[in-house]
Amino acid sequence: MNKVFAWIAFLFGVLYFILPLFGMAEFSLSMRRGVYSLDAYRVVLADPQFQATFTFSVVMALVTIAFGILLVVPTAYWVRLKLPGMRPWVEFVTLLPLVIPAIVVVFGYIRLYNTSSWLPMTGTATGTNILLMFGYSMLSLPYMYRAVDTGLRAIDVATLTEAAQSMGAGWGTILARVILPNVLPAVLSGAFLTLAIVIGEFTMAALLDRPAFGPYMQILGANKAYEPAALAVIAFAITWACMGLIQLSTRFSKHTRAMS
Amino acid sequence: MAETLRGRAANWLGLVPFIVFAVLFLILPTLYIVVGAFRTPEGAFTFQNIIGLNTASIRNAYWVSIKVSFMSALLGCAIGFAIAAAITLGSLPKRVRGPMITFSGVASNFAGVPLAFAFIATIGPAGLITMYLRTEWGINLRVYGWNLLSTWGLIVTYLFFQIPLMILIITPALDGLKREWREAAEVLGATGLQYWRMVAFPILFPSILGTMALLFANAFGAVATAIALTGPSLNIAPILLYAQIRGDVLGSPNLGYALAFGMIVITGLANTIYIVLRIRSERWLK
Repeated sequence: MNKVFAWIAFLFGVLYFILPLFGMAEFSLSMRRGVYSLDAYRVVLADPQFQATFTFSVVMALVTIAFGILLVVPTAYWVRLKLPGMRPWVEFVTLLPLVIPAIVVVFGYIRLYNTSSWLPMTGTATGTNILLMFGYSMLSLPYMYRAVDTGLRAIDVATLTEAAQSMGAGWGTILARVILPNVLPAVLSGAFLTLAIVIGEFTMAALLDRPAFGPYMQILGANKAYEPAALAVIAFAITWACMGLIQLSTRFSKHTRAMS
Repeated sequence: MAETLRGRAANWLGLVPFIVFAVLFLILPTLYIVVGAFRTPEGAFTFQNIIGLNTASIRNAYWVSIKVSFMSALLGCAIGFAIAAAITLGSLPKRVRGPMITFSGVASNFAGVPLAFAFIATIGPAGLITMYLRTEWGINLRVYGWNLLSTWGLIVTYLFFQIPLMILIITPALDGLKREWREAAEVLGATGLQYWRMVAFPILFPSILGTMALLFANAFGAVATAIALTGPSLNIAPILLYAQIRGDVLGSPNLGYALAFGMIVITGLANTIYIVLRIRSERWLK
């Protein structure tokens, strides 16, 4: 009885997960009537709009990751080393992006940083791009911070710092050459999650009017039949790749820890 | 003394970049909306915007949003729990567990616009299942009232990330159920059902309820999937806010702030419930 129930639940789950994926894959191959073909993919990949928006989002993700590492690693390190009493508060702030809907925060951006404000970031394309990058860093903050903080927990921050200092290292050297290599697997898993979030992000990019991949997909979805399914398959493959890379980087960290 | 004071000040200096970032790009923008919700266009304090939310259309938008979020959280919890129980406690082969967890990690992150496309391609008007049922079995889903571009369509779509999220969160809790508890219950003559009703379920209850609050907030703030699925046609709070930001459809900027403020209150409440229950559940499950 128990076993039957377990199998029913499991199979239901498998069907629920597989059917939409199967559906989108089948649909994406059905552009040519009667036979399966890769036409939808060909059309999408050849679309200059696709290339431009996809590149924009990838670059955006990379810049966001770089900024996130520069912001989060020193902060998490510093809090662990010097201000352990502040940890719950910093952690609370990093979790706020999960509580406050992104659409509300970007609403605030638009009103706070518009052309007639004290910091007119939305006045120029570059300024808006930077604002969007900060927005994405905010969105990925919970994941990035938690990943790095967990990574730091596994190493003895105080001893490593003292050892480096006694050999004459400054803060920059300590962070770049001692702390960062030690938490690299954690940083990588935060980075890949950020990549997965940023590439297809819709709300912020659309409301800030940036030519990103998310808004492009939405517009295509409203106008075409088969191409959106091809895009969904591509997006799913990217999500899958990011998650695979996260697993790989955590496995790598276990491996190095076992060796040391 | 002066030395330690200066040292302490220097310690705080290390936190400055983070504080500046959080204030400028998270706290200040949110506060701006919250304060705006209680202001007249001239800047005076007022409750008029909050009262102004009480129109049929806005009430309905919130209500549909709450309904979609609640139902997708409830079903996500129930189905996710059943699957998690099947792969942890149920007598399924051990090797199905790993792939299910990995897949849940992927699926819980597969949201937004592409998720909507996947469901349109599957059970949309010309989707795979819809067409299959019509051509092979002569079943026209539309006749039975099925419409993907509706409240229930949204719920079914959201479940695709709600169920895996529940699996990911509840599996560790199920692993935390000690074998001794079950054995103790059996020794005392409890049936399987009694064990679940009187031992396991009360221990898991805070986790389940807490996760449900989290799933609720998760669905409530979702914008992209809803817009890609239904366009601007479905009247739910995030879509209404989206339209308001784009073109002031409510005709009053401050009413827009109030609408956003209402969303913060609802997701904030749901998250508070999650945190409180999570602390409670950690008492037993360590």
